[in-house]
Amino acid sequence: MKLSEQWLRSWVNPDWNSNTLAEALSLAGLEVDALEAVAPEFSGVLIGQVVAIEKHPDAEKLNVTKVDVGQVEHLQIVCGAPNVVVGMKVPCAVVGAKLPGDFKIKKAKLRGVESFGMLCSGDELGLEQDYDGLKVLAKDAPIGEDIRAYLNLNDMMIDVDLTPNRADCLSVEGLARELAVVSGAAFKQPYVDNQVATAGACSQQVVVEDHQACPKYLGCIVEGYDAKAATPGWMIERLERSGLRPISLTVDITNYVMLELGQPMHAFDADKLQGNIQVRQAKSGESVVTLDEKQLTLKDNTLVIADDSGAIALAGIMGGLSTSVTAATQRLFFECAHFSPLAIVGKARQYGLHTDSSHRFERGVDPLLPERALARALDLLGQIAGGKVSEWVKVMDASTMPQPSVIELRRARLHQLLGAVIEDQFITDILTRLGCEVSSTQAGWQVVAPSYRFDMQIEVDLIEEIARVYGYNNLSSAQVNMPLSLKPLPESEQDTQMLRQAMVQRGYHEVITYSFVEEAALQKLSPEIPYVLLQNPISEDMKAMRTSLFPGLLQTISYNQKRQQSRVRLFETGLIFSRENTQIQQTPVIGGAICGDVSPFGWSEDSRSVDFFDLKGDVENLLAMSHLHGQVRFVTSQSPEFHPGQCAAIMLGEQHIGIMGQLHPQWQKAFGLNGAVFMFQIFMDSVLTMQVPAVTGISKFPEVQRDLALLVERSVSVQALTDAIYQVDSDLLKNVQVFDIYQGQGVAETHKSVALSLKIQHHDRTLQDEEVDALIQQVIEKTHQAVGAQLR
Amino acid sequence: MQSTLQNILDHAKQTIEKTTELADLDQLRVEFLGKKAQITGLMKTLGQLSAEDRPLAGQWINDAKQSIQQLISNKKNELESAKLQTKLAQESIDVTLPGRRLDLGGLHPVTRTLRRIESLFARSGFEVATGPEIEDDWHNFGALNIPETHPARAMHDTFYIDESTVLRTHTSGVQVRIMENNQPPIRIIAPGRVYRCDSDQTHTPMFHQIEGLIVEKDANFAQLMNLLTDFLRHFFEDEKLKTRFRPSYFPFTEPSAEVDIATDLFGEGRWVEVLGCGMVHPNVLKNVGIDPEEYTGLAFGLGVERLAMLRYGVKDLRQFFENDLRFLKQFK
Repeated sequence: MKLSEQWLRSWVNPDWNSNTLAEALSLAGLEVDALEAVAPEFSGVLIGQVVAIEKHPDAEKLNVTKVDVGQVEHLQIVCGAPNVVVGMKVPCAVVGAKLPGDFKIKKAKLRGVESFGMLCSGDELGLEQDYDGLKVLAKDAPIGEDIRAYLNLNDMMIDVDLTPNRADCLSVEGLARELAVVSGAAFKQPYVDNQVATAGACSQQVVVEDHQACPKYLGCIVEGYDAKAATPGWMIERLERSGLRPISLTVDITNYVMLELGQPMHAFDADKLQGNIQVRQAKSGESVVTLDEKQLTLKDNTLVIADDSGAIALAGIMGGLSTSVTAATQRLFFECAHFSPLAIVGKARQYGLHTDSSHRFERGVDPLLPERALARALDLLGQIAGGKVSEWVKVMDASTMPQPSVIELRRARLHQLLGAVIEDQFITDILTRLGCEVSSTQAGWQVVAPSYRFDMQIEVDLIEEIARVYGYNNLSSAQVNMPLSLKPLPESEQDTQMLRQAMVQRGYHEVITYSFVEEAALQKLSPEIPYVLLQNPISEDMKAMRTSLFPGLLQTISYNQKRQQSRVRLFETGLIFSRENTQIQQTPVIGGAICGDVSPFGWSEDSRSVDFFDLKGDVENLLAMSHLHGQVRFVTSQSPEFHPGQCAAIMLGEQHIGIMGQLHPQWQKAFGLNGAVFMFQIFMDSVLTMQVPAVTGISKFPEVQRDLALLVERSVSVQALTDAIYQVDSDLLKNVQVFDIYQGQGVAETHKSVALSLKIQHHDRTLQDEEVDALIQQVIEKTHQAVGAQLR
Repeated sequence: MQSTLQNILDHAKQTIEKTTELADLDQLRVEFLGKKAQITGLMKTLGQLSAEDRPLAGQWINDAKQSIQQLISNKKNELESAKLQTKLAQESIDVTLPGRRLDLGGLHPVTRTLRRIESLFARSGFEVATGPEIEDDWHNFGALNIPETHPARAMHDTFYIDESTVLRTHTSGVQVRIMENNQPPIRIIAPGRVYRCDSDQTHTPMFHQIEGLIVEKDANFAQLMNLLTDFLRHFFEDEKLKTRFRPSYFPFTEPSAEVDIATDLFGEGRWVEVLGCGMVHPNVLKNVGIDPEEYTGLAFGLGVERLAMLRYGVKDLRQFFENDLRFLKQFK
């Protein structure tokens, strides 16, 4: 709700400056979003009349004017505006004037001719921007009057951001009522109620079919008015300062009354109406062309105003084109109704509409207002354009009219909820000022809410009102009572924070990328995963919910590579989304990606680019924090986003817990990446459980280390080889470590040599050489059987 | 004999003195003390001496041998020490060269802020709860007293998956889930991503909120105000920070307030809105089967990016999701 401060002050005028007034509204819950002067600061600009014009002797485009500003002598002013003519009235900045931007007007010589001021355009006064040329004032503008006073520029526009519960403040009267409550200043309707005399029955019949949706409908015919009458300046000024454009007298009057009192109205061209006005639900498929010339096909949940031709307006939302008032209109039919919020809410939105009218009706308009509003509109129209008003049609069903809420307010409950004691006198005073009827009861009060307060329905609504007007910041504050109790702390549950910290220690930066990504990215990287689409994405490239962290990570790497960051190590945690049958899966994961050099640029050794095993080390490090340590296996795998020869599924038994590898080189270009990128993703659940340590004894006896070099075919994985070794059924074998892989001279081209270091130890005694030899022999046999290994 | 010994000693002394190599010292040991050494020869002549003279002469020879031994040993120490010094000198390094390290990474500023907020509340017995980001209509709206037709829905700029499924517009849905499954007393905070269909200089379509909820007997509005004032002062480490509670409207709380803060940091008289809060609306409690006459609830929701911006001086909200390393590296 935007309005002129002067308009508001014409209803209630507290002894506060503009800022204090705005702050008071904000602190009462009516948040002032902006407080803006209608014109920038300037002074010394008077209304002048151009009385003579001569060509400048030395300048083609300049004129030398004589201007009457109400002083004894006419001022000589050199002027370059093309629209200057004798007799026009314009703003004239006299010597000593200060224009916006601290521009001072002095006596000057322009090409040798003296000039004693400046004739101004609207732009130069900061009023309007779209017109270059002098601002032309009305013929009756009083010569010599200060332009600020004449145009009423010492005013502010107050923009109040109203919450949906405060529909009662969607009018000057409503805000004034609130301001009176919080300031204590007197509230007074600034105009006199004038009941325009009516003559003759209304020729237009009205049939209300749905009384629930339309408990009250008023209307009347106006004819014989001056159809050419212009909207008066004062009304245009107030409309404009509320952000509305003047359109035509009838529309301006309905808009003005809506702003002033909060009641939306509509005027039809009475001669275009066919038969009775009907207020009914739309028939499915029925169509209407609205005032903004859009053809709508209606749903049967929509209340319409119809005549014999069909729907002619969306009730409480927007009028229709076929019956709209035009310059040729001779007879008006004014509609002023009460529509129930439930009948209007959400209806405009389903047609992509949002109007000042729907905004008010769906939040609730005072059901007692239509009589006052119609009278006010007719009075304004009569004063400005004359005319003859018919008797009013009034269709009302008292049983469907909103009834005022009667609410029990308990004193003890109020004190308990607020944690503060407010004296009874304050409570009754606040409620009364808010327009409630208050009577005492044993436990507190019985309160009848005013008809315009749709948000006062239950006890807590009143408690809020009392706290609000009393001032939240005047309530004493209290400590939260702390029960002394300890909560369980399962040691086996790992905090995500520890995982994050582990990544940070290894040089990874955490990123947070959008959960929605480009659909194409998913189709490239994970075409097999059914993804979830947004119905109303913010843009095409943020349309699909990510099925992995990879699109976001890759995009972020690309972003940074383009900004001269070549060594990038990133990780992210968050949910990924997919469809499984009809269900949407939301799975927490942790993932990362690296590219560039393995170590930061430095002096000590030659760097190299990261490879699979750099990333694998980081992944193993992460897994080592969980209870899975030692149970997880990396299995050669393939997936569309990864290099077919450098991809491992991370498995826990048969369960897939993650994946890692090199980004498939074919996607590098698609994501705008330089160099190889390695990336991983692990399901968070699988790494969030830790092993609570259970210590075993340390052997006092020496450990024996034996190194073996085994020849196997190149295709045999080290995992398969070590798996075979661990099949040796012996408690003595403590650890197997690969320390070299050799291919080349001395080894057949089809083969590789794997050097292994075995740690062998007995818990209770020193091992005999023979025992160790026997074990090694078993190892050789097992590996031979399993993967065809030969001792090199 | 004494003079012979003296000659041998003098000669040995001179020779050892001149020696510069450790290896040469071993040669000299053989030369002066070995089997073929002159002094060894003298030892053999002892038998020719009388029984009275023999001990004394033996004593002389032994003394001479020991002196030579000592000379060699001293020289050896001296040479070894010199050698070590040379070696150490050669081994000296420029200790100012940077060490070999893997640069530390860093947490995202939003995570960092979330952690800070979580820690503050965790110390007062709040537990951290989480919930789904794709949420059903009931948990995001209906249970929170925002029915289908409520005008407040329009304020939410909701992303829809389908008619009854949305990207959660706030973390308030988590309070519903928690209350559905737990009996009071409840004291939780729920951090997480939320989504609004809005993108410009001051809005990103995704951001983070932390929701707080207390449901207890006799929880009251004054306590809520006190708790949040404490929280904001601790978060900004500014005991002089001022708070202002402004009446507002959320369908799921009543009374509702927005909280503004002012500190010297923002400049004179400037209030900055940081969070929304209120007492849980009785309809919300009823929706989850808690009797609002028996229990009352306090709830608050705050924007994490906003607090991070104020705390760390971030000027542009969008920086949080650009993930520029030059930005992220400032949060170590």
